[in-house]
Amino acid sequence: MTSQPAPAVEIRGVTKVFNPAGANEVLALDNIDLNVAAGDFVTLIGPSGCGKSTLLRLVAALVESTEGNVLVNGKTADQARLDRDYSMVFQRAGLFDWRNVSRNIELPLELMGWKAADRHRRSAEMLELVKLNEFADHHPSELSGGMAQRVAIARAMSFRPALLLMDEPFGALDEMTREHMQNELLRIWSETETTVIFVTHSISEAVFLSTRVVVMSPRPGRIAAVIDNELGTRDDSARDTPQFFANVSAVRKVLRAGEPR
Amino acid sequence: MNRLRELLPPVMAAVIGFGGWELLLWLTRPDGFVLPPPSEIAGAVAENSTAIQTATKVTGFIVVTGLLAGVLLGVAAALLVTAFRTANETLTPLAVAVNAIPIVALAPIFNAWFGLLSPRSNQAVVVALVFFPIFINTSRGLVDVEPSQIELMESYGASKWRIIREVRIPNAMPFFFTALKLATSLAVIAAIVAEYFGGRQDALGNIITNSAGLTRYADAWAAVLAGSLMGIALYGLAVFLERITMPWYFLGRRT
Repeated sequence: MTSQPAPAVEIRGVTKVFNPAGANEVLALDNIDLNVAAGDFVTLIGPSGCGKSTLLRLVAALVESTEGNVLVNGKTADQARLDRDYSMVFQRAGLFDWRNVSRNIELPLELMGWKAADRHRRSAEMLELVKLNEFADHHPSELSGGMAQRVAIARAMSFRPALLLMDEPFGALDEMTREHMQNELLRIWSETETTVIFVTHSISEAVFLSTRVVVMSPRPGRIAAVIDNELGTRDDSARDTPQFFANVSAVRKVLRAGEPR
Repeated sequence: MNRLRELLPPVMAAVIGFGGWELLLWLTRPDGFVLPPPSEIAGAVAENSTAIQTATKVTGFIVVTGLLAGVLLGVAAALLVTAFRTANETLTPLAVAVNAIPIVALAPIFNAWFGLLSPRSNQAVVVALVFFPIFINTSRGLVDVEPSQIELMESYGASKWRIIREVRIPNAMPFFFTALKLATSLAVIAAIVAEYFGGRQDALGNIITNSAGLTRYADAWAAVLAGSLMGIALYGLAVFLERITMPWYFLGRRT
């Protein structure tokens, strides 16, 4: 346990240029500063091309910054990746068809060299967490989209990372499944006290889920505003409160202001 | 009951096919060299059963060894090309260039290299023909992985080798087996055609050319039949291996 509450993620003066000095040079992110405190649920929202996915990949060290620093748990992002300080969930569940549900959840544990008995115990716990106990021996091709994404979340949480990075994880799901998954994610978040950075292009999703909403604008990718998102309660009932609708309008207003005319 | 229903269509097809063939020839009575009826071919098989059996073993050995060597080389090259960029930049154009050569046309040249009566030249033709589809398909399967699955593995700090083992190889399996099924019949064709030009004199290819030269067409057809059965058996074996090595692939698929 660390004694002082250092920020989970510190992004300082980060600029990302794709194809530098090439014919199709793109300034994807321009001088981004952002701190994410431990236990926060931060969403990155903005139109396509605003660099929200790129920013998430910079934190994951899957992309290198052109300028500036990204610190995760006080280390460089790449060191944090090698130390498995975070876990990632993508829009596509990306389960391996050749592994059953349990063995998909155990994949990161295998990579970390856990003993088989410990892996099995943990995957059983994770299946409990995402309420898929009966599906341990099923294969991914036998699951619905929502179930597959729950397995992907269980896999990401299996080694209890302090930080969860989610790239439009519910983007491919229908509205009903999506709301259900959002409720489940909030429950898991409050039970596990994980820090979450969540990329979405849905305003209502951002407002329902997060403690802070980071609104981004495109070409070049910049942070237009950071909105503290107080809702009072954090469960399904929050969807119908006046506060929820007020916050949705506030985010929409900032997004509209960033639109090119 | 289900088993019976599955077996019925192919059995019906065989009965109608062979029966129709026999009946048509009985009605039109063409010269023997055009096409002998199935009954006559069956007679030739019975009459030459020892020669056909020996020839099937001789050719079968060439087919199986050539197939194994071609598959091993193809898979090894595919792995090399996936793991190392330089290997990809040198090997792939080379393989494409070699594939552009009509391989069976090389059979007489291979005879000069390995000796006219040596089975080595026939094996070489089989290896060369089998290599390409295995190489191309397997390397496609090793590369054609969903990008987020690679990012996922990288986010867990997995090494390039671990990614090859955990993601790329299982992903390539269906591609590999598609190529293997193709390669089984290619190997039989390659061996028999290569035998037309040289190799052991008691092989299927030689029985076909010699019998045809002596106008013993039923004997030639008997050897063709043996070659077909060999191809079917090897194909069946490939399907069986596919089923037992990747049962997950057939879940939720009606095949």
